[in-house]
Amino acid sequence: MSSDEENTVVCRCEDITLKEIEELIAHGFKTMDELKRISKCGMGPCQGRTCRQIVMREIAKATGKDIRDINLSTFRPPAENIKLGILAEAAGGKDEKKR
Amino acid sequence: MKRSADVVIIGGGISGLSTAYNLARLGCKDVVVLEKDSLYSGATGRCAAGFRQTFGLEINCLLAKKSYEILVNLNELLDYHRDIELKQGGYLWLLRTDKEVELYRKNIELQNSLGIESRLITAEEAREIVPYLNPEGIKACTFHQEDGHVNPFYVSQAYAEAARRLGVEIDTFTEATDIKVENNHISEVITNKGKIATNKVLNAAGAFAKDVGRMVGVELPLKPQRHQILATEPVEPLVEPMVICTDFYCIQEPRGNFLMGYGDPNEPEGTAVSSSWKFLEEIARRVCKILPILVNIRVVRQWAGSYTMTPDAAPILGPVPQVEGFYLAVGFSGHGFMLGCITGVLMAECILAKETTLPIDKFNIGRYERGELLKEPAVA
Repeated sequence: MSSDEENTVVCRCEDITLKEIEELIAHGFKTMDELKRISKCGMGPCQGRTCRQIVMREIAKATGKDIRDINLSTFRPPAENIKLGILAEAAGGKDEKKR
Repeated sequence: MKRSADVVIIGGGISGLSTAYNLARLGCKDVVVLEKDSLYSGATGRCAAGFRQTFGLEINCLLAKKSYEILVNLNELLDYHRDIELKQGGYLWLLRTDKEVELYRKNIELQNSLGIESRLITAEEAREIVPYLNPEGIKACTFHQEDGHVNPFYVSQAYAEAARRLGVEIDTFTEATDIKVENNHISEVITNKGKIATNKVLNAAGAFAKDVGRMVGVELPLKPQRHQILATEPVEPLVEPMVICTDFYCIQEPRGNFLMGYGDPNEPEGTAVSSSWKFLEEIARRVCKILPILVNIRVVRQWAGSYTMTPDAAPILGPVPQVEGFYLAVGFSGHGFMLGCITGVLMAECILAKETTLPIDKFNIGRYERGELLKEPAVA
């Protein structure tokens, strides 16, 4: 294992390196969902927008599959991070406070 | 894939994996776990992963207490290489009506008599535990320090790895499509990847347990219901315990992100796990009212999982009268994960016809026909 892999951060939100991803794939976590749950890769504020493709490529490389055959992990709403207070206001939470 | 097994477990969530490990631990190693998706991809991996002992029925308290005792030692017990991230920040229940206070006072009496050291506290005392709590409208609270939260992926993975080390076969992306019954005895499980000859099947299929029951002609009184949940960005430690009431639950994980959700009583029966905008607004409104400090914290994702409800909100454990060799660990009504450690012990003992660590007769499916419902009062 080269130090490049140890120093290459795949998921910036959760601070996961390429080496960690490679090791997990070698240990049998061969789908996006399995990798996500065990490493938290893609579960941070960017929700996988940076790491998703990189991890897919690594799975393809390790399994010999075409990257087009790798299932994506679920894109979860909301599309952008949103403050709880804004949502609460939208739901009428502000009015309730005044009452 | 194995072509025969002593026991086939349908469902690769906490109940199935924990039973598989315990079967192997007790010497029954010829076990196959079938999971139609990836491991813990159903309710186990979708839940908020809180655990508590504070129930309102003695039998449920005892079950939860035993499960807790296993969970706190799980890392060592299963020799797991990751830290399961156990956090015992307690459960703080907010009580807002006199009726609730009265009910929980009784629950606490029961819990204390069983060695569960929960206590009734004032809203002011609660503010010493959660300084950011808005005490408005809170009549009293219950608090139990030993309750908490744990990483559901790691707990399940720990069981899976320990089971595999003992010889259990776990087949992911392998769906049980039918079960053959001959003269009221199970003979075979049919999957999308071939057949497995077996005389014993455990139905641990969570929200899909009803479908598995129908494979042997048993109609289970289960009602899977969607429960939505969200996660926020991680922030500094603000709230130590699980804050819970009839309106919502909210917990800050050790990594700093909050998880929160609520049960919608109007949710129709079904296994859909879609997300709604209404949930986002509604949960934010409810939580921000009680914990206004959270208004500036951002939601990063929302998802949903299933609660599989029974008529008395207590699980169904044990054999069925119609089919020899068919066992149930179903209908946990939102508590399958927190009871998972003890479920595995009890089901393994039950399947191997050993005396069970705790009596489980009361959880038998026959209670519905006999009208002996358990009626757990302390569920939110």
